[in-house]
Amino acid sequence: MTLESILMTLPYITVVVLFSLGLFTVLFKKNLIKIIMGIALMQNGANLFLVSLAYRRGEYAPIFTSAESTDMVMPTAHALTLTSIVIGVATTALLLSFVIMIKRHYGSINTDDVRRCKE
Amino acid sequence: MKKAIAILAFLIIFAFLILGAVEMRPFGEPEQEDMDDYFLGDSQPHNQVNNVVTAVLFDYRGLDTLGEATILFSAVVGVLTVLRETQKKGGEDV
Amino acid sequence: MNWKMSRIVRTVTDFLVVPIVIFGIYLILHGHLTPGGGFQGGAVVASATALLIIAYGTLGRHKKDLSTIEAIGLILFISIALLGIGSTMFYNFLAGTGGMFGGTVEGINSGYINTGGTVTLMNLAVGIEVSAALSLILWMMSKETGIMKPEKKTSKTESKEVEN
Repeated sequence: MTLESILMTLPYITVVVLFSLGLFTVLFKKNLIKIIMGIALMQNGANLFLVSLAYRRGEYAPIFTSAESTDMVMPTAHALTLTSIVIGVATTALLLSFVIMIKRHYGSINTDDVRRCKE
Repeated sequence: MKKAIAILAFLIIFAFLILGAVEMRPFGEPEQEDMDDYFLGDSQPHNQVNNVVTAVLFDYRGLDTLGEATILFSAVVGVLTVLRETQKKGGEDV
Repeated sequence: MNWKMSRIVRTVTDFLVVPIVIFGIYLILHGHLTPGGGFQGGAVVASATALLIIAYGTLGRHKKDLSTIEAIGLILFISIALLGIGSTMFYNFLAGTGGMFGGTVEGINSGYINTGGTVTLMNLAVGIEVSAALSLILWMMSKETGIMKPEKKTSKTESKEVEN
């Protein structure tokens, strides 16, 4: 394995590092806000993976202001990333409002404290 | 003990992800591109749209966007429901 | 409690809100020509709402209106999608007909606003929906976390206390 072939996979390794940071945060942190931050990191890793799959070397953005249709990167993955970003915003907003309710009910956002059942 | 199992699982997942990233195809050389080439060639003759991403989003894969708009609507309904004005305001008597 | 921020912040907000909203509308309307579209433009418009909430601490009693606007945007989007049901759902029946948004483009060009057919209209509908939805989310969260002044409990709570 040469250095060049490793450099050619550098975007995917970046995705793996980003996703693993999110997974680490979700697994080992106790604060609910930090867990939501980890979920957002995993979402960003998935988005970066989709965008890096769409790239064709030496070609331009899929808009007809500066390039012919034969010199463009693939548009479908960009559209899917746009969908994914909006869904990520919606789910993050819902999760944060759940955290607000948990704080109001239990007085804490530590996962060890909210584990018990409360009458 | 629980933490050790979690660390082990995390390391195994991380190793598999790194392995998959190294074994991926080279960056910038896709293999399946027929559908995208069709979209790129068809966007101006059929839809008269300059921005191909918008054409894919609102015409070719419009059902995705419909689901996305519905998800956003449902999320807003969920936020409004969770954070609604309750009778007992203040939290001391919950 | 002091909900308003200082006079400097409020004045700068007054100056900045209009360009922000105009930029959002530009992004929405040029979604078929340049990078941008309904979702991004809607987010920019909602950022103006965030600025107003932080500076003034209140936005009056327009929560019901925002819900209505959001529902109208979604219904508009689905209706435009269903109008092309003669051939398929999401069929672009306006493109290239010469009428509203029916111009034609070919090859490399800098973009004409009168093209795109239903794509432009759907961008507008989605922009309306997303701006109202994100404004509503910001509204509820800032009210719950105490950034925003709680709505006046006028007669409801007082009468309740009297009852109790």
